[in-house]
Amino acid sequence: MTDLMNISGQVALVTGASRGIGKAIAQQLVARGVTVIGTATTASGADAITTYLGSNGEGYALNVTDADSITAVLKYIDEKYGQLDILVNNAGITRDNLLMRMKDDEWESVMDTNLTSVYRLCKGVMRGMMKRRYGRIINISSVVGTTGNPGQTNYCAAKAGLVGFTKALAKEIAARGITVNCVAPGFIDTDMTKALTEEQKQAIFTNIPAARLGQPEEIAAAVVFLATPGAAYITGETIHVNGGMAMI
Amino acid sequence: MSTIEERVKKIIVEQLGVKEEEVKPEASFENDLGADSLDIVELVMALEEEFDTEIPDEEAEKIRTVEAAIEYVKSHSGE
Repeated sequence: MTDLMNISGQVALVTGASRGIGKAIAQQLVARGVTVIGTATTASGADAITTYLGSNGEGYALNVTDADSITAVLKYIDEKYGQLDILVNNAGITRDNLLMRMKDDEWESVMDTNLTSVYRLCKGVMRGMMKRRYGRIINISSVVGTTGNPGQTNYCAAKAGLVGFTKALAKEIAARGITVNCVAPGFIDTDMTKALTEEQKQAIFTNIPAARLGQPEEIAAAVVFLATPGAAYITGETIHVNGGMAMI
Repeated sequence: MSTIEERVKKIIVEQLGVKEEEVKPEASFENDLGADSLDIVELVMALEEEFDTEIPDEEAEKIRTVEAAIEYVKSHSGE
Protein backbone atom coordinates (compact mmCIF):
# COMPACT_ATOMS: atom_id res chain seq x y z
CA MET A 1 0.00 0.00 0.00
CA THR A 2 1.24 3.43 -0.86
CA ASP A 3 2.15 5.47 2.18
CA LEU A 4 -0.02 8.55 1.78
CA MET A 5 2.11 10.45 4.28
CA ASN A 6 5.45 9.75 2.61
CA ILE A 7 7.24 12.85 1.28
CA SER A 8 10.76 11.52 1.64
CA GLY A 9 13.17 12.57 -1.10
CA GLN A 10 11.25 15.71 -2.04
CA VAL A 11 12.67 19.23 -2.13
CA ALA A 12 11.05 22.16 -0.31
CA LEU A 13 11.58 25.91 -0.20
CA VAL A 14 10.50 27.52 3.06
CA THR A 15 10.70 31.31 3.35
CA GLY A 16 11.28 32.94 6.72
CA ALA A 17 12.81 29.80 8.16
CA SER A 18 15.27 31.25 10.67
CA ARG A 19 12.85 31.17 13.60
CA GLY A 20 9.27 30.70 14.73
CA ILE A 21 6.77 28.92 12.52
CA GLY A 22 9.08 28.75 9.48
CA LYS A 23 11.80 27.03 11.48
CA ALA A 24 9.32 24.48 12.86
CA ILE A 25 8.07 23.78 9.32
CA ALA A 26 11.60 23.29 8.00
CA GLN A 27 12.47 20.96 10.88
CA GLN A 28 9.37 18.81 10.48
CA LEU A 29 9.89 18.52 6.71
CA VAL A 30 13.49 17.47 7.28
CA ALA A 31 12.37 14.91 9.86
CA ARG A 32 10.29 13.33 7.07
CA GLY A 33 13.20 13.07 4.68
CA VAL A 34 12.63 16.26 2.72
CA THR A 35 15.56 18.39 1.60
CA VAL A 36 14.82 21.95 2.71
CA ILE A 37 16.10 25.26 1.45
CA GLY A 38 15.21 27.72 4.19
CA THR A 39 15.46 31.44 3.61
CA ALA A 40 16.20 34.35 5.90
CA THR A 41 16.60 38.06 5.19
CA THR A 42 20.17 38.24 6.47
CA ALA A 43 23.30 36.21 5.79
CA SER A 44 23.64 35.44 9.51
CA GLY A 45 20.05 34.18 9.55
CA ALA A 46 20.80 31.98 6.55
CA ASP A 47 23.91 30.61 8.29
CA ALA A 48 21.84 29.76 11.35
CA ILE A 49 19.45 27.82 9.13
CA THR A 50 22.30 25.92 7.51
CA THR A 51 23.51 25.00 10.99
CA TYR A 52 20.22 23.60 12.26
CA LEU A 53 19.39 21.82 8.98
CA GLY A 54 22.72 20.05 8.89
CA SER A 55 23.09 17.75 5.91
CA ASN A 56 19.37 17.91 5.13
CA GLY A 57 19.35 21.25 3.40
CA GLU A 58 20.69 24.74 3.65
CA GLY A 59 19.97 28.34 4.47
CA TYR A 60 19.80 30.99 1.79
CA ALA A 61 19.74 34.78 2.18
CA LEU A 62 16.65 35.96 0.32
CA ASN A 63 14.97 39.33 0.20
CA VAL A 64 11.42 38.32 -0.69
CA THR A 65 10.58 41.89 -1.73
CA ASP A 66 13.26 41.83 -4.44
CA ALA A 67 12.20 40.17 -7.71
CA ASP A 68 15.81 39.54 -8.75
CA SER A 69 16.59 37.87 -5.43
CA ILE A 70 13.62 35.53 -5.95
CA THR A 71 14.74 34.68 -9.49
CA ALA A 72 18.22 33.94 -8.14
CA VAL A 73 17.10 31.53 -5.40
CA LEU A 74 14.83 29.59 -7.76
CA LYS A 75 17.62 29.31 -10.32
CA TYR A 76 19.97 28.12 -7.59
CA ILE A 77 17.54 25.42 -6.47
CA ASP A 78 16.91 24.32 -10.04
CA GLU A 79 20.61 23.99 -10.79
CA LYS A 80 21.58 22.32 -7.53
CA TYR A 81 18.57 20.11 -6.82
CA GLY A 82 16.84 19.88 -10.21
CA GLN A 83 13.34 19.97 -8.73
CA LEU A 84 11.09 21.78 -6.29
CA ASP A 85 8.12 19.87 -4.92
CA ILE A 86 6.98 22.00 -2.01
CA LEU A 87 6.84 25.79 -1.65
CA VAL A 88 5.96 27.17 1.76
CA ASN A 89 5.37 30.92 1.72
CA ASN A 90 5.87 31.70 5.37
CA ALA A 91 7.92 34.93 5.45
CA GLY A 92 5.91 37.71 6.97
CA ILE A 93 6.20 40.91 8.95
CA THR A 94 3.94 43.17 10.99
CA ARG A 95 3.97 46.97 11.04
CA ASP A 96 1.06 47.62 13.36
CA ASN A 97 -0.62 51.01 13.59
CA LEU A 98 -4.09 52.41 13.75
CA LEU A 99 -5.23 53.25 10.26
CA MET A 100 -5.47 56.91 11.19
CA ARG A 101 -1.78 56.90 11.99
CA MET A 102 -0.56 54.40 9.42
CA LYS A 103 2.24 55.52 7.15
CA ASP A 104 2.45 54.55 3.50
CA ASP A 105 5.69 52.68 4.09
CA GLU A 106 4.05 50.62 6.86
CA TRP A 107 1.28 49.65 4.47
CA GLU A 108 3.59 49.00 1.54
CA SER A 109 6.24 47.00 3.39
CA VAL A 110 3.61 44.62 4.77
CA MET A 111 2.00 44.22 1.32
CA ASP A 112 5.38 43.66 -0.37
CA THR A 113 6.65 41.13 2.15
CA ASN A 114 3.45 39.26 2.95
CA LEU A 115 1.53 39.31 -0.34
CA THR A 116 3.53 40.45 -3.39
CA SER A 117 6.36 38.05 -2.51
CA VAL A 118 3.90 35.15 -2.69
CA TYR A 119 2.76 36.25 -6.14
CA ARG A 120 6.38 36.34 -7.31
CA LEU A 121 7.44 33.05 -5.76
CA CYS A 122 4.39 31.17 -7.00
CA LYS A 123 4.86 32.56 -10.49
CA GLY A 124 8.51 31.56 -10.36
CA VAL A 125 7.85 27.92 -9.46
CA MET A 126 4.93 27.50 -11.86
CA ARG A 127 6.79 26.34 -14.94
CA GLY A 128 8.69 23.59 -13.16
CA MET A 129 5.64 22.30 -11.30
CA MET A 130 3.46 22.44 -14.44
CA LYS A 131 5.98 20.39 -16.38
CA ARG A 132 6.29 17.78 -13.66
CA ARG A 133 2.54 17.73 -13.07
CA TYR A 134 3.19 17.92 -9.37
CA GLY A 135 3.50 20.59 -6.74
CA ARG A 136 2.43 21.63 -3.28
CA ILE A 137 2.13 25.33 -2.47
CA ILE A 138 1.27 26.23 1.11
CA ASN A 139 0.76 29.85 2.07
CA ILE A 140 0.81 30.91 5.69
CA SER A 141 -2.12 33.24 6.23
CA SER A 142 -3.50 34.21 9.63
CA VAL A 143 -6.72 34.03 11.59
CA VAL A 144 -6.84 37.82 11.58
CA GLY A 145 -7.12 37.78 7.80
CA THR A 146 -10.62 36.41 8.42
CA THR A 147 -11.56 37.99 11.74
CA GLY A 148 -9.76 41.33 11.52
CA ASN A 149 -7.70 42.83 14.31
CA PRO A 150 -7.49 46.50 15.31
CA GLY A 151 -4.12 48.05 14.56
CA GLN A 152 -3.46 45.58 11.75
CA THR A 153 -5.35 46.82 8.69
CA ASN A 154 -2.26 46.26 6.57
CA TYR A 155 -1.47 42.79 7.95
CA CYS A 156 -5.12 41.65 7.85
CA ALA A 157 -5.50 42.88 4.27
CA ALA A 158 -2.38 41.04 3.16
CA LYS A 159 -3.34 37.82 4.97
CA ALA A 160 -6.91 37.92 3.58
CA GLY A 161 -5.37 38.66 0.18
CA LEU A 162 -3.41 35.41 0.44
CA VAL A 163 -6.63 33.44 0.87
CA GLY A 164 -8.15 34.91 -2.31
CA PHE A 165 -4.90 34.47 -4.21
CA THR A 166 -4.73 30.85 -3.06
CA LYS A 167 -8.26 30.07 -4.26
CA ALA A 168 -7.76 31.68 -7.68
CA LEU A 169 -4.43 29.96 -8.31
CA ALA A 170 -5.77 26.65 -7.03
CA LYS A 171 -8.51 26.78 -9.66
CA GLU A 172 -6.05 27.67 -12.41
CA ILE A 173 -3.74 24.73 -11.84
CA ALA A 174 -5.76 22.02 -10.07
CA ALA A 175 -5.89 19.91 -13.23
CA ARG A 176 -2.09 19.87 -13.36
CA GLY A 177 -1.56 18.01 -10.09
CA ILE A 178 -0.60 21.12 -8.16
CA THR A 179 -2.43 22.04 -4.98
CA VAL A 180 -2.45 25.49 -3.39
CA ASN A 181 -3.65 25.90 0.18
CA CYS A 182 -3.38 28.15 3.21
CA VAL A 183 -2.70 27.42 6.81
CA ALA A 184 -4.04 30.19 9.03
CA PRO A 185 -2.41 30.23 12.46
CA GLY A 186 -4.13 31.77 15.44
CA PHE A 187 -2.17 33.06 18.41
CA ILE A 188 1.15 31.21 18.27
CA ASP A 189 4.07 31.46 20.65
CA THR A 190 6.62 33.25 18.43
CA ASP A 191 8.65 36.45 18.38
CA MET A 192 5.92 38.05 16.27
CA THR A 193 3.23 37.57 18.91
CA LYS A 194 5.66 38.60 21.67
CA ALA A 195 5.68 41.99 19.97
CA LEU A 196 1.96 42.46 20.60
CA THR A 197 0.95 44.79 23.42
CA GLU A 198 -0.37 43.37 26.70
CA GLU A 199 -3.74 44.88 25.86
CA GLN A 200 -3.83 43.09 22.49
CA LYS A 201 -2.74 39.81 24.08
CA GLN A 202 -5.40 39.91 26.81
CA ALA A 203 -8.13 40.67 24.28
CA ILE A 204 -7.11 37.73 22.11
CA PHE A 205 -6.31 35.35 24.96
CA THR A 206 -9.78 35.48 26.53
CA ASN A 207 -11.17 34.26 23.21
CA ILE A 208 -9.14 31.06 22.89
CA PRO A 209 -11.16 28.02 24.05
CA ALA A 210 -7.97 25.94 24.24
CA ALA A 211 -6.83 28.50 26.84
CA ARG A 212 -3.24 28.50 25.70
CA LEU A 213 -0.96 29.73 22.95
CA GLY A 214 -0.36 27.48 19.98
CA GLN A 215 3.12 26.11 19.39
CA PRO A 216 4.94 26.58 16.05
CA GLU A 217 5.09 22.78 15.71
CA GLU A 218 1.30 22.66 15.67
CA ILE A 219 1.25 24.90 12.61
CA ALA A 220 4.05 22.93 10.99
CA ALA A 221 2.08 19.69 11.39
CA ALA A 222 -0.78 21.11 9.31
CA VAL A 223 1.66 22.34 6.66
CA VAL A 224 3.32 18.93 6.45
CA PHE A 225 -0.07 17.26 6.06
CA LEU A 226 -0.94 19.51 3.11
CA ALA A 227 2.40 18.59 1.53
CA THR A 228 1.73 14.85 1.64
CA PRO A 229 0.29 12.72 -1.20
CA GLY A 230 -2.73 12.09 1.05
CA ALA A 231 -3.76 15.73 0.69
CA ALA A 232 -3.83 15.64 -3.12
CA TYR A 233 -7.59 16.31 -3.28
CA ILE A 234 -7.47 19.33 -0.96
CA THR A 235 -6.91 22.57 -2.84
CA GLY A 236 -7.91 26.21 -2.46
CA GLU A 237 -8.58 25.46 1.20
CA THR A 238 -7.56 27.26 4.36
CA ILE A 239 -6.84 25.15 7.43
CA HIS A 240 -7.34 27.21 10.57
CA VAL A 241 -5.12 26.21 13.48
CA ASN A 242 -6.14 28.44 16.36
CA GLY A 243 -7.25 26.46 19.41
CA GLY A 244 -10.88 27.18 18.66
CA MET A 245 -10.40 30.95 18.66
CA ALA A 246 -12.33 31.28 15.41
CA MET A 247 -14.35 28.41 13.94
CA ILE A 248 -14.75 29.34 10.32
CA MET B 1 15.78 15.59 -39.47
CA SER B 2 12.15 16.64 -39.26
CA THR B 3 10.99 19.92 -40.70
CA ILE B 4 9.87 22.75 -38.42
CA GLU B 5 6.32 22.06 -39.47
CA GLU B 6 6.52 18.42 -38.43
CA ARG B 7 8.14 19.24 -35.11
CA VAL B 8 5.53 21.88 -34.26
CA LYS B 9 2.70 19.54 -35.19
CA LYS B 10 4.18 16.75 -33.07
CA ILE B 11 4.28 19.03 -30.04
CA ILE B 12 0.68 20.12 -30.61
CA VAL B 13 -0.42 16.49 -30.81
CA GLU B 14 1.43 15.66 -27.59
CA GLN B 15 0.42 18.72 -25.60
CA LEU B 16 -3.23 18.88 -26.56
CA GLY B 17 -3.81 15.16 -26.91
CA VAL B 18 -5.36 15.49 -30.36
CA LYS B 19 -5.08 13.34 -33.48
CA GLU B 20 -2.48 14.25 -36.08
CA GLU B 21 -5.08 14.67 -38.83
CA GLU B 22 -6.89 17.28 -36.73
CA VAL B 23 -3.81 19.50 -36.68
CA LYS B 24 -4.59 21.41 -39.86
CA PRO B 25 -2.90 24.76 -40.53
CA GLU B 26 -6.07 26.78 -39.99
CA ALA B 27 -7.11 24.90 -36.83
CA SER B 28 -7.61 27.13 -33.80
CA PHE B 29 -6.22 25.69 -30.57
CA GLU B 30 -9.16 26.96 -28.60
CA ASN B 31 -12.08 26.46 -31.00
CA ASP B 32 -11.00 23.41 -32.98
CA LEU B 33 -8.55 21.54 -30.75
CA GLY B 34 -10.30 22.00 -27.40
CA ALA B 35 -7.47 23.83 -25.64
CA ASP B 36 -8.10 26.17 -22.72
CA SER B 37 -5.93 29.19 -21.91
CA LEU B 38 -3.61 27.19 -19.65
CA ASP B 39 -3.18 24.50 -22.33
CA ILE B 40 -2.02 27.21 -24.72
CA VAL B 41 0.45 28.57 -22.15
CA GLU B 42 1.85 25.05 -21.77
CA LEU B 43 2.00 24.60 -25.53
CA VAL B 44 4.03 27.79 -25.85
CA MET B 45 6.32 26.51 -23.07
CA ALA B 46 6.83 23.29 -24.99
CA LEU B 47 7.60 25.18 -28.20
CA GLU B 48 10.14 27.31 -26.32
CA GLU B 49 11.92 24.19 -25.15
CA GLU B 50 11.81 22.33 -28.44
CA PHE B 51 13.26 25.26 -30.35
CA ASP B 52 15.42 26.61 -27.53
CA THR B 53 13.95 30.09 -27.72
CA GLU B 54 12.01 32.45 -25.50
CA ILE B 55 8.68 33.62 -26.83
CA PRO B 56 7.71 37.00 -25.34
CA ASP B 57 4.20 37.21 -23.83
CA GLU B 58 2.94 39.67 -26.42
CA GLU B 59 4.03 37.31 -29.21
CA ALA B 60 2.70 34.24 -27.41
CA GLU B 61 -0.75 35.83 -27.26
CA LYS B 62 -0.86 35.89 -31.07
CA ILE B 63 -0.15 32.19 -31.39
CA ARG B 64 -3.71 30.92 -31.60
CA THR B 65 -3.65 28.59 -34.61
CA VAL B 66 -1.42 25.81 -35.90
CA GLU B 67 -0.30 28.02 -38.76
CA ALA B 68 0.57 30.91 -36.41
CA ALA B 69 2.74 28.59 -34.33
CA ILE B 70 4.59 27.25 -37.36
CA GLU B 71 5.04 30.72 -38.79
CA TYR B 72 6.35 32.10 -35.52
CA VAL B 73 8.96 29.37 -35.18
CA LYS B 74 9.99 29.63 -38.83
CA SER B 75 10.50 33.39 -38.66
CA HIS B 76 12.49 33.15 -35.43
CA SER B 77 14.70 30.15 -36.08
CA GLY B 78 16.71 31.54 -38.98
CA GLU B 79 15.97 28.50 -41.14
